[in-house]
Amino acid sequence: MSDPVRAMSSPAPTMPDHPPVTDWVHDFDHTDPRWTENPFPIWDELRAECPVVHTKRFLGCYLPTTYEAVKQIAYDTEHFSSRRVIVRDIRPDITQSAPPITSDPPEHKPAKQLLLPPFTPDAMKKLEPRVRAICNELIDEFIADGKCDAAARYTKHIPVRAIAHMLGIPEKDGDLFIKWIHEILELGIKDDGIMMRAIHEMSGYFAGHIEHRKQHPSDDLISTLMKARDKNGEPLSDIHVLGSLRLLLIAGIDTTWSAIGSSLWHLAKTPADRDRLVAEPELMPSAVEELLRAYSPVTMAREVMKETVISGCPIKPGNMVLLSFPAANRDPAMFPDADKVQIDRKENRHAAFGLGIHRCVGSNLARMEMTVAIEEWLKRIPDFRLDPAGQVTWSEGTVRGPRQLPVLFGKN
Amino acid sequence: MSGKLKVHVDQDKCQGHARCKSLAPELFELDEFGNAHEVGDGAVPAGLEDKAWLAKANCPEIAIEVTEE
Repeated sequence: MSDPVRAMSSPAPTMPDHPPVTDWVHDFDHTDPRWTENPFPIWDELRAECPVVHTKRFLGCYLPTTYEAVKQIAYDTEHFSSRRVIVRDIRPDITQSAPPITSDPPEHKPAKQLLLPPFTPDAMKKLEPRVRAICNELIDEFIADGKCDAAARYTKHIPVRAIAHMLGIPEKDGDLFIKWIHEILELGIKDDGIMMRAIHEMSGYFAGHIEHRKQHPSDDLISTLMKARDKNGEPLSDIHVLGSLRLLLIAGIDTTWSAIGSSLWHLAKTPADRDRLVAEPELMPSAVEELLRAYSPVTMAREVMKETVISGCPIKPGNMVLLSFPAANRDPAMFPDADKVQIDRKENRHAAFGLGIHRCVGSNLARMEMTVAIEEWLKRIPDFRLDPAGQVTWSEGTVRGPRQLPVLFGKN
Repeated sequence: MSGKLKVHVDQDKCQGHARCKSLAPELFELDEFGNAHEVGDGAVPAGLEDKAWLAKANCPEIAIEVTEE
């Protein structure tokens, strides 16, 4: 059976083991269970040692842990490329791009400008009523139980339904999208076959929707991309449209699922912040920014293209960089009391959505979804706590958030 | 502190995080790409000085200048 996507990738190499990490400074591993469970003390330890550390795992990878080093790399598109944005065990030939996240200058800007207008704060205001309704539909399903797994029953479904609504595809296909994203972002770090199969399935799914719209144009986001013209007045290739659609789905779902989940996890175990948000709803904007800072879900990656020096550390080509915006956001040199969540923090230049040209195109969507999801939850379930009989589990890899979040409703 | 303030967004630095628009909607507006610009000539009306400084202090790209005339 011929499979064009598989045929383009190299034969599957032997996958390396991931022995438990004993020396984080010289041998870090972002898939180690300790990192997955609680990465914050690891980053603090590494930051105290050196602004940029290196591991031989993942065929060689750097990790900057200070805000300054992360910022320097994010701004430096000469020495660092975005063509690979996930740090994995292998680096197969690049056959699948997802512009603009995998684009470098000069291709980046025109690709990004096509995606920006549908994601402005004003555009998000139009989507907001649907997101409020989605949140309440979900809460209706479990509120009578007096408890729920908030990750599986609530946070997981909000972003996927919102992005499906924007793209003009059925919200009920959400479970399919969640499966692909798990395969690409988590399992794909160590298993190329699973990742390529998921990308292939996803491309086939969207190719069908593109074909349908060639006969039946509409005003959804897929149609907007299909109608877009490049700087020469030419329509985008189907490959470009497919790549951007894959990006919107991959980037728009478990990132915000994670951000909402971490926020509810924090509020479940911090009654003072919960009560304060209920009593002072005007604090919501600063609370959302602080939750984004303290529990930033997204770590990006770069590939080193030319030798350079970052914060005094030599950086050599052939290595990847794990661009840890979450670690930067915990740097005490940048944020006073960086390890404390202060929902009324006044000055908060956090980098949860990245810095420089690759600023997250969906940041306004993510903020709106977080705000609405927390507001609607607190309206209906103002008191809740972690279920001592259950267990909170966290995602593995480069997007961090709770995947099981069992909570009980009501006061103790 | 008695001088009049002006705000300005450096278009080479702004990446459209929109923090300024959220904190000081009276002083900043967004274009079709979501990038920020000062409203009018950037003059800060009396009473909004704190918002101008707050917007500057929260811009992740350090794109906002506040000047005192």
